[in-house]
Amino acid sequence: MAEIRDLFGLELRVVNVGLESFAAVLDSLGVTVLHVQWVPPAGGDPERARRLALLDDEDGT
Amino acid sequence: MIVRTLIKRSFYQDSVALMGVARELRGGAGIQEAAALMGTPANRELMEQAGLLTAEAAAAGPNDLVVVVRADSETAADRALARAESLLTERRRRVEAAGRRLPRTLDSARRQLDGANLALISVPGPFAAAEARKALHRGLHVMLFSDNVTLEDEVALKRLAVERGLLLMGPDCGTAYLNGVPLGFANAVPRGRVGLVAASGTGLQQVVSLLAAGGEGVSQAIGVGGRDMSEPVGAAMTLAALDALGGDPGTELVVVVGKPPAPTVRARVEARLRTLGKPVVVAMLGRDVIPGRDGSLHTVTSLEDAAAAALALLARREHRTHSFAGVEDAARRIAERRHALAAGQIAVHGLFAGGTLAYEALLILEPLLGAVGGNLGGSVASPHRILDLGADDLTRGRAHPMLDATLRAEEIARAGKDPDVAVLLVDVVLGHGAAADPAGDIAPALEAAQANARANGRRLAVVASVVGTSADPQGLGRQVARLESAGAWVLASNAQAARAAAGIAGGPRVTEALLGGAAR
Repeated sequence: MAEIRDLFGLELRVVNVGLESFAAVLDSLGVTVLHVQWVPPAGGDPERARRLALLDDEDGT
Repeated sequence: MIVRTLIKRSFYQDSVALMGVARELRGGAGIQEAAALMGTPANRELMEQAGLLTAEAAAAGPNDLVVVVRADSETAADRALARAESLLTERRRRVEAAGRRLPRTLDSARRQLDGANLALISVPGPFAAAEARKALHRGLHVMLFSDNVTLEDEVALKRLAVERGLLLMGPDCGTAYLNGVPLGFANAVPRGRVGLVAASGTGLQQVVSLLAAGGEGVSQAIGVGGRDMSEPVGAAMTLAALDALGGDPGTELVVVVGKPPAPTVRARVEARLRTLGKPVVVAMLGRDVIPGRDGSLHTVTSLEDAAAAALALLARREHRTHSFAGVEDAARRIAERRHALAAGQIAVHGLFAGGTLAYEALLILEPLLGAVGGNLGGSVASPHRILDLGADDLTRGRAHPMLDATLRAEEIARAGKDPDVAVLLVDVVLGHGAAADPAGDIAPALEAAQANARANGRRLAVVASVVGTSADPQGLGRQVARLESAGAWVLASNAQAARAAAGIAGGPRVTEALLGGAAR
């Protein structure tokens, strides 16, 4: 099983989901970061978004 | 008076970007008020309270961007909306001109970014848990900056993270450092030997900034969220983080920052701390904490002492607590300000951007001055008041006071008019993610409040501390100088600032308790 400690030896590679300013800071520091152009799912309805998220399969793709 | 609306359908922008737009519009000639918000039900309610909910705004959906301005004239309103349109278009063009095709989902981001290992999530609370869950399922560590995540979701997310050997930092995790990278609101500090586990963002910022001032840096700093040590969460992430730091050869000493654990969680946390095999400085701030050493555990009662104890342990010298960095100087400055007060000026008003800094100040003031009111606990009748301006109910629909000083400037003005107030106590938090010139944002309000007091025959003392380093984008020296030019006495830590405030407002008994012989 993976351990948190394993992360300590790695180069941080960040996916930024949310405030674009956070990605800009990391980028300016030379950290590898990819900003997601996130928009609220399900037309911005939190309850529908929540139900959709529960369909998310465990392994991902 | 003219109210005008601009709606941009399906045009999502994050809250910080929109704050920038609203701020720029408010600065326009002839503009009384401006809002730039997504049309969610909560935001529409805020617009209604502000008298800005036009019929078009009321009909907007959650993914529609709404800009409303109230202006003196049609010309001013038109000019502001045109400005809004061009700011928003400019933003979009800049993003698109970056050349890369930005992914729209976490999954496509993962496909584009080989070896991605951390998701930094700061979407609005109601959507945040789903994104965090997705990230954990895909093997990414998570920093969950978002607040307004339910306790139930937090418990489930942390269970999943622990099962998978992943970090789930947060929710409401403001600050972390992994492998030398500052995440969220974070000061520019060097790498070093101290590993931290923190339930508090500004608490962590104060400790690492003071460590940096003492020449020491951070190996890893793991944020766990303010509720981690509650009974339902059971310190899940604190325990996991301690294990990781215990096994990390880069960490020689561990500092734990937060509040005391729930009674049912305490034994488990303490057992883990004792068996870490490294010295631990425990800065779990609370009313009944007794400082002292117990084996490898060093319990302290302030953030400043946490840094000082860590520095002393690493240098293998004894740690001594002190009230002030320079006792004689502090005694003189306290006496000067105390003698300048008019009759009836008895109160300390603390106006804070940092939640833990506010709480630390409360814990320092209470034993010196008696009960303290404000928004940090029960309502008590007291002339003294500590306000955490970053509290959830004060930041709904507006940016955090570390980014937007509007609310704090209003409170400073109010305190300046209150004849009871002797001392204004403030914090200024620097670092990546914070405002570009936080001292400059409140300095005019501080100057005006003092001028107002003087005009009414009073002298208002302003006592401040700045959390930051010389390497921060805002520059510690420049920010301190700005506050000093606005008449503030700037101390080296929040704890010292709180003590100074108590010394000025309190009687000789307080100064004696703080300064001993130097008070005489």
